[in-house]
Amino acid sequence: MIVSIASGKGGTGKTTVAASLARVWERPLVAVDLDVEAPNLHLFLCPQIEETGPAWIETPIVDESKCTFCSACSDLCQFKAISMMGSLVLTFPEMCHGCGGCIAICPQKALSPGRRQLGEISRGHAGGVQFLMGRLRIGEAMSPPLMRQVKTAMNEIAGAGGLDAVIDSPPGVSCPAVNAVMDSDVIVLVTEPTPFGFHDFRLAWEAFAPFGKPMGVVINRAGIGDRQVYSFCAEKEIPVLAEAPYDRAVAEGYSQGRIIADLSPKYRHIFVSLYAKIFELASARLDKGASHA
Amino acid sequence: MSKIAVTSEGPGLDDLVDPRFGRAAGFVIVDLDTMNTSYIDNGQTQVLAQGAGIQAAQLVAGAGVDCVLSGFVGPKAFQALSAVKIKVVQNLDEGMTVREAVKKFKSGAVQYADGPNRGAGR
Repeated sequence: MIVSIASGKGGTGKTTVAASLARVWERPLVAVDLDVEAPNLHLFLCPQIEETGPAWIETPIVDESKCTFCSACSDLCQFKAISMMGSLVLTFPEMCHGCGGCIAICPQKALSPGRRQLGEISRGHAGGVQFLMGRLRIGEAMSPPLMRQVKTAMNEIAGAGGLDAVIDSPPGVSCPAVNAVMDSDVIVLVTEPTPFGFHDFRLAWEAFAPFGKPMGVVINRAGIGDRQVYSFCAEKEIPVLAEAPYDRAVAEGYSQGRIIADLSPKYRHIFVSLYAKIFELASARLDKGASHA
Repeated sequence: MSKIAVTSEGPGLDDLVDPRFGRAAGFVIVDLDTMNTSYIDNGQTQVLAQGAGIQAAQLVAGAGVDCVLSGFVGPKAFQALSAVKIKVVQNLDEGMTVREAVKKFKSGAVQYADGPNRGAGR
């Protein structure tokens, strides 16, 4: 089972929840940091990194001696990463999405694959938990291509060992966030019960609901703000899987890089219970699916 | 120098200069000798998520101009224009018409840019 931990708003506690879940997860697990623009799960899990390697995207290299300036490549490219300026072929490698279309369509075979570094992928383990992380190269604008490579590595690890995966997703509701949740079996949205939290939580729910995946909510910093998140969840029948109170002890633990589930038996219980409820949510959906079939 | 392109909000000499290059509404192409004009609509470029500056550079290069007059030209557009040796005059005053921009250019009261004056995508 793949569980993605997501949110609309940043700073609501995705990593806090992901790290604590990894700590209490009973089955074999790979913890995956897909927030490649600002990975931070490792700061809490403190994994031993065994391997770090570069991740690349394929970009075209032009052999001008073969080019007839037919502009087939330039007409195809939706991102202007390869452009015909009269009898000059200009490439803008940083704009290339790596589709390979220009190389495939060139009738003169004047284009060959080059590459641009997206970032790097690290793998290791934290105790019994496998660990995987992508880190975007500084200056790189596109995170989904790197995220897809991290997910491929995740599927290899999870598939080979029959592991579950917990994904720490990037915030927001745009391409990176959608990429992080789209292949998971369950989506856990972390929010805080404030007007800001509710606003972005609702956006996230609207963005991810069309996937039709089981979705539940963790309310972090419970006890502050208002009741909008609760009434929205009741109205839309989104289960509240766990609540973590607004507590100075959590902030202190977090600032020391501690995993919240380790703070006290009370906190451990919150995440043990969340773990069970995630499985309930997944199996309830399976039963529902079966009864519909 | 015979032909220049001016980023414009409309098709004629009395339309206002559009300060944007890549996402300009269009380009008025002016033959400096005859003052005849033609217009290239840039609407297709405006809907691109990215690469508008490069596409716009392709359009004006296709029109065979030697120079572009505009407000702001981004780095990729500048690179593309430079590659085909099209000169750039930027920082045109706000509220200027195309005719006034051409007049200013002809009077020589302009400087050719040696680099972009905007970040990408703005």
